[in-house]
Amino acid sequence: MKLKATNISFKYPSAKNYLLKDINLELDNKKIMGLIGDSGSGKSTLCKILSGYVQKYEGEVSFDDAPLPKKGFKPVQLIYQHPEKVMNPKWKMKDVLGESWDVDEKTLSEFGIQKSWLTRFPQELSGGELQRFSVLRALNPKTKFIIADEMTTMLDAITQVQILDSVLKLVKERNMGFLLVSHDMDLVDTICDDKIYLKDINNI
Amino acid sequence: MANSNNGPSIYNPFAKLNLRTKTLITIGLSVFILVIVVISSLFINSGDITTNFQAMNKPPSFEHFFGTDWMGRDMFTRTLKGLGLSVQIGAGASILSSLIAIVLSFIGSTNRFLDGVISWLVDLFLSIPHILLIILISISLGGGAFGVTVGVALTHWTSLTRVLRAEIKQIKTSDFVKLSERFGKSKLWIARKHILPLVTTQIIVGTILIFPHAIMHEASVTFLGFGLSPHEPAIGIILSESMKYLATGNWWLALFPGLSLLILVLLFDIAGENIKKILDPTSANE
Repeated sequence: MKLKATNISFKYPSAKNYLLKDINLELDNKKIMGLIGDSGSGKSTLCKILSGYVQKYEGEVSFDDAPLPKKGFKPVQLIYQHPEKVMNPKWKMKDVLGESWDVDEKTLSEFGIQKSWLTRFPQELSGGELQRFSVLRALNPKTKFIIADEMTTMLDAITQVQILDSVLKLVKERNMGFLLVSHDMDLVDTICDDKIYLKDINNI
Repeated sequence: MANSNNGPSIYNPFAKLNLRTKTLITIGLSVFILVIVVISSLFINSGDITTNFQAMNKPPSFEHFFGTDWMGRDMFTRTLKGLGLSVQIGAGASILSSLIAIVLSFIGSTNRFLDGVISWLVDLFLSIPHILLIILISISLGGGAFGVTVGVALTHWTSLTRVLRAEIKQIKTSDFVKLSERFGKSKLWIARKHILPLVTTQIIVGTILIFPHAIMHEASVTFLGFGLSPHEPAIGIILSESMKYLATGNWWLALFPGLSLLILVLLFDIAGENIKKILDPTSANE
């Protein structure tokens, strides 16, 4: 499978200059890729374009040689930096997970999720605990490609490794594609097979 | 330290309680009184308010708390019955207008054109004086309790609609709704599962806070003679009839029914504001 971006250009409506200009990028499920860039360099915007969040941009994004689907389940899923923003505060955690897919107990314990957490509200869990849910939710069996946008930035080193290990295990098992976006060079060096610098592919 | 903490509680048991308990007690008390009023009014049948010309124009006494009118009817019983009727009409009107508000605000959230239409409707209804519109609707529906209920309901949905519209707009831009769309969930599913639970607080509080308006408007329309029919013991009727006898010194005919209407409305307002305090997450921690 192939996630391909051709000649992507983007500028925010209020801005004068382009944030992203003529970006060409090809990602597949054979290698774990890392995308590195400074703060404000447009990493997150590129992620949103690649996953189909932002629709108004120049250029083309294709997945397996077809444009991203507009309706139904999106094969490219984005994992955010802030899990608490992507959860309805009035939902119990088991509903939050169930919105995406029914997770079996083995996977739950692999991600270090305790059963008692499932009956709690998002406010009653810590950031690390929430991020486990957020990650697991994106790993729907229908998901083909995961973009992790600063997924572990808010977590401590031990939790980072725990979460990334379980994600990568599942990603390899299911033969999914994985793009890790970060400004942490050490993390990208440890995890990824190859890395891309945003400033190298961005022609501004 | 211990002394200053214990000090006020000895004299004032209310000071010992925290705000949450106080709020709950306030809600409980006001709801209790309202329920008592409604239930006791249901047990009064028209046989209890018969004319008795031997007891005409009696001032308030222990036998007749609110005095009697020019036909010797006990004003306390009439007032109670009238208040019960007012609450029933208020309940019907506020539930109806909340339903209108919910339906319209959700319709408006589907697309920009409908949102414009709904906002225009809200502005239109807000620009006409309430009392005028209620009179028109009530008369065109043939008056009576039904006419007044529909009239009040059709004029009081605007504020809740505006609140809900803004709230839904905000929730729709939240990340969890966008994520839900990415999981392939339909708009209806999102409205039902994501948005509705988050606006229930506003709906409940909004409905209760329409109550006092509904009761007041019902009474004033009836007072003006466009609402309930004169044989029904509504507060508006009682007040408009008492006008004729005020000049002859029968002050109790207007004072007590008017005062009880005011207390009833205040109770609803207190209950509504306190329920809002409990349910609204921004003030729940106070």
